[in-house]
Amino acid sequence: MSENLITPENLVYQKTEAMTDRILHYCPGCGHGTAHRILAEVIEEMGIQEQTIGVAPVGCSVLAYYYFNVDMQEAAHGRAPAVATGIKRVFPDKYVFTYQGDGDLAAIGTAETIHAINRGENILIVFINNGIYGMTGGQMAPTTLQGMKSSTSPFGRDTKTMGSPLKITELIAQLPGAYFVTRQAVHKPANVRKAKKAIKKAMEYQKLNKGTCFVEIVSNCPSNWKMTPVQSNKWMEENMFPFYPLGDIKVPEDK
Amino acid sequence: MAKRGDVVIDIEKCKGCEVCVSACPQEVLALAPEVNKKGYHYAVKVNSDCTGCTNCAIVCPDAVITVYREK
Ligand SMILES: Cc1ncc(C[n+]2csc(CCOP(=O)(O)OP(=O)(O)O)c2C)c(N)n1
Ligand code: SF4
Ligand code: SF4
Ligand code: SF4
Ligand SMILES: [Mg+2]
Repeated sequence: MSENLITPENLVYQKTEAMTDRILHYCPGCGHGTAHRILAEVIEEMGIQEQTIGVAPVGCSVLAYYYFNVDMQEAAHGRAPAVATGIKRVFPDKYVFTYQGDGDLAAIGTAETIHAINRGENILIVFINNGIYGMTGGQMAPTTLQGMKSSTSPFGRDTKTMGSPLKITELIAQLPGAYFVTRQAVHKPANVRKAKKAIKKAMEYQKLNKGTCFVEIVSNCPSNWKMTPVQSNKWMEENMFPFYPLGDIKVPEDK
Repeated sequence: MAKRGDVVIDIEKCKGCEVCVSACPQEVLALAPEVNKKGYHYAVKVNSDCTGCTNCAIVCPDAVITVYREK
């Protein structure tokens, strides 16, 4: 191949301008980066960079405000849906999203999650489920699988004493305020494309003012699962997906 | 015949996670034996079979791959 293909006319993919140029602090191979990127790509493609306001959580993605090239607000741990509620009510024409881990959304923030969705707040909630508290050193999360080892369940989660993994996504899908609920992944090209389509749909639905859109992304935590990124993605397919099956959970009835 | 493509990898931002390597249907990518300034074995091209499909770039968590495809 002698001919140079690297010309502006041939460009088919480059990092979106809806992300800043900061180097992500995430561990190698962590799905957080890919999840950020597809959300940012949707924002760029919809041309809504100036009209979007994001709310960052506490967790590994606490610094998400450094990476999204849109207006961002940090929330206290688990409170992103409450903060997003306030933002959306003051600015009903803006596109408002939260980005939250499973510890943030399904443990300390359970009340905010459920009540914001029950009120049908017109926001997008992006939920990164890696079955663990990544940031703080791999403690058990509500979403940790049965038998899964974590720093606070070193012999594996025993459901007799620790409860069963919480399918918060199926739970919130029951609420009348939930308009569109889906579960996706971002570890393989086909999954990335599907997850991005789901996020785009969810953002577009926000214009309809019909309720909360909720996109779960089942993701990895190679560092705390103590695997290489490639191993962690395989482990996720074999262990997380059977319990957290991918696909739409609630689709709008009027669509 | 598939179109020809090419990728440019920002090796200093690559974290050597290897996720792109298995995502490439043409087996274009591998990790270099050398490391970048941060100490990561970075992704490199090992053949010229790239079709510009973008698979590697869309799975890269650090968005370090730019893709070109002939028109
Ligand atoms: C009020 C409060 N309680 C506890 C913590 C400690 N803490 C920080 S992040 C975190 C859990 C994060 O887990 P998750 O939301 O799953 O995010 P991940 O890091 O896995 O992406 C906890 C318990 C805190 N920062 N603030
Ligand atoms: S600790 Fe886990 S979730 Fe956090 S950045 Fe590292 S791999 Fe990702
Ligand atoms: S663009 Fe496609 S063919 Fe080219 S290196 Fe990336 S994955 Fe391989
Ligand atoms: S996916 Fe990205 S960060 Fe990971 S090895 Fe490939 S180019 Fe480097
Ligand atoms: Mg987590």
